[in-house]
Amino acid sequence: MPEPLAWQISTVTAIRTETAEVSSFTLELPTWRPHRAGQHYDVRLTAADGYQAQRSYSIASPPSRAGEVDLTIEKIADGEVSPYFHDTVVVGDRVEVRGPIGGYFVWEPAFGGPLLLIAGGSGVVPLMAMLRERTSAEARPPAVLLHSSRTFDDVIYRDELAALAAADAGLRVIQTLTRSQPPGWTGYDRRIDRAMLTEAIAAAGPSPLVYICGPTLLVEAAANGLVELGVPPSQVRTERFGPTS
Amino acid sequence: MDEPMMLDANAVAGDLAEMFGFEMTAVVHRCAHCGNVGQMGTLLAWTQGPGITLRCCICRDVVVRMVMTPSRTLIDVSGAAYMEIRRT
Repeated sequence: MPEPLAWQISTVTAIRTETAEVSSFTLELPTWRPHRAGQHYDVRLTAADGYQAQRSYSIASPPSRAGEVDLTIEKIADGEVSPYFHDTVVVGDRVEVRGPIGGYFVWEPAFGGPLLLIAGGSGVVPLMAMLRERTSAEARPPAVLLHSSRTFDDVIYRDELAALAAADAGLRVIQTLTRSQPPGWTGYDRRIDRAMLTEAIAAAGPSPLVYICGPTLLVEAAANGLVELGVPPSQVRTERFGPTS
Repeated sequence: MDEPMMLDANAVAGDLAEMFGFEMTAVVHRCAHCGNVGQMGTLLAWTQGPGITLRCCICRDVVVRMVMTPSRTLIDVSGAAYMEIRRT
């Protein structure tokens, strides 16, 4: 069995802005362990008086990058940890983390496919790790990403996803914008519903492996909708964020 | 049960690993109430209280309760009829 999970001090080596509310933080780890796409790290902040706040953030980078991980973090206005990252952390800062964590909501190329990935907002982060992992795999199973965001500017990894889909006939990206749409928008303009799920299932192909990540109510709706459409519950893995958004 | 607050056991996988000493979400369990067999990662998690409650995704009965204090950890797994932990 591997060594028990231990807290360690990582160093922030890069910060990349993804959207107005979302940035990716590259953490260099003294004790790096290869992760599996879909896993997360726990982050712990300790105040001068000893008060601690802990949150989990999904790994966005593929496991092939040794020694470091990217955590993509959305700023939650009244949060205890994410505002610290967005408002205070600069390159060179040290942050206490433990990971990689989780053996359930994971995908690796050996699992095959087809992959049906459904994300609400920053729920796309662990799914992006899967897509990045898939891109570097020898055999790429067909994959569909159904991604719901509020506005065009809120779509995390928008350009990278478009580029990946344009270069790969086996990858289909379906975007829906629930709050507002730019002129000429050709994607969906409402919350994920039965019609979208039906299209996503058809695009993925028979017997897909399903990963759903996002706010709890979106995950519930998508998971229940898929099961009503005949997808076996055992094929559906979920990661709920809670009441966010 | 407050549905919007509901998470997955994956959200507390770090705390589970700390308590049990290894990755728990891939461990197979059987619900002592309804008999459902599945990975611990399928359990639904409530984390807003003083402790952590994990419920069966089928019958919603309590499978695991955990409370951590600075000096000790309390774990009630009476809702799991068994756990199957891989040694390799």
